[in-house]
Amino acid sequence: MTRDEAFFEFLCRMGDNTLILGHRVSEWCGHAPVLEEDIALANTALDLIGQTQLWLGLAGEIEGEARDADKLAFRRDAWDFRNLLLVEMPNGDFGRTLMRQFLFDAWHTILLGRLMKSSDTRVAEIAEKASKEAAYHLERSADTVVSLGDGTEESHARMQAALDYLWPYVGEMFVVDAVDQAMAEEGIAPDPASLRAEYDALVGRVLEEATLTIPDSRFAHKGGRDGRMHSEHLGHLLTQMQWLQRAYPDARW
Amino acid sequence: MKNEWPLWEVFIRGQHGMSHRHVGSLHAPDAEMAIKNARDVYTRRNEGVSIWVVEARHIAASSPSDKGPLYEPSESKVYRHPTFFDIPDEVGAM
Repeated sequence: MTRDEAFFEFLCRMGDNTLILGHRVSEWCGHAPVLEEDIALANTALDLIGQTQLWLGLAGEIEGEARDADKLAFRRDAWDFRNLLLVEMPNGDFGRTLMRQFLFDAWHTILLGRLMKSSDTRVAEIAEKASKEAAYHLERSADTVVSLGDGTEESHARMQAALDYLWPYVGEMFVVDAVDQAMAEEGIAPDPASLRAEYDALVGRVLEEATLTIPDSRFAHKGGRDGRMHSEHLGHLLTQMQWLQRAYPDARW
Repeated sequence: MKNEWPLWEVFIRGQHGMSHRHVGSLHAPDAEMAIKNARDVYTRRNEGVSIWVVEARHIAASSPSDKGPLYEPSESKVYRHPTFFDIPDEVGAM
C-alpha cells in the first residue's frame, strides 16, 4: 500500500462516517417527536453531509481518478464503504438515535481535536471547521442522553436498552490496522487506540450522570471501517441514498 | 396536557444589532434546552451572536383595554421627540 492509497482510505473512512450518519439522521426529517428536535436533527445531518463533501472531495483529489465527492458518495457499492458499523445501525427509537449520536460525537470531537494538529494542512483545516460543529453536536446529544437516561422510568429503560444494543459497536473506533499505522507514522492522523482513554473518560462521565450502566463486555463488532463486512443495514440505506444517481447517472438540477 | 413543555420567548441580537429582538417562540423542557433549540431554530442562517430566552409565563404584558389611558396622552406631545435640535455625530447611534 502506497502512502496515497493509505491516505485515500483514511479520508474515505472520515467521509463515509459523516455521510452515512448524516443520511441516517436525515431520516428523522419530518418524523421527530417535536418540531424543535426535528429542526435540530436536520441541522446535524446537514453539518455531517457538509463535512462529507470536504473529506470525500479531498479523497477524490488524492486518488486522482477524476472521482469527486458526489461520485464517491453515490457510485460506490456497500463493500467500498469505510464507515464504522455504528453509524449504519438503524435509527430505532429517538433514544437510540441520540445514544448512537452521542457515542459517535464523543469520539468525533476527540479525533477532530487531534486532526487539527495534522501534518497535512488540508486535513487540519477540515478538522478545524468540523470540530466546531461536532462540539455542538456533542453538547446537544450528551444533554439529551442525560435528560432521557435520568428521566422517567420509561425513558431510562429505553436509553439503557439503546446503550446495551450499541455498545458492541464502539470498540471498532479504536482498532488499528495498516492504514492507521501509515497515517500515524506520517503524522496525518493519530493512532486510533490512543483515543480510547479520553473517550472512556468522557463517555463514562456523561453516562454516569445519565444513571446508565456501561455493559461489561468489550466485545466489538468489526468490519465497517476496513469494508470487510458491513451489516445488512448498509445496503438498504444505500438503495435509498443512491437511488437517483443510480437510476439517472449524472442527473443535475 | 401536563406533558407539554413550557413555552419560551426567544430574543436574538444580530451581527450588528445593538439590542436583542424578539424573534419568536418555541417549546423546551428547560432554559438550557430552550437556548439550544433557539440556536437550531432561529440562528441557522447566521442571524445572531447572542440569544436570550425567557419563559413566556414570566412576561407581564400591558392590557389591550388600557390602550387609551396608556398611550393616547403621548400622541399630542410632539415636543418629546428629539427633532428640535441637532444631535452631534460623536453621540453615535441612539
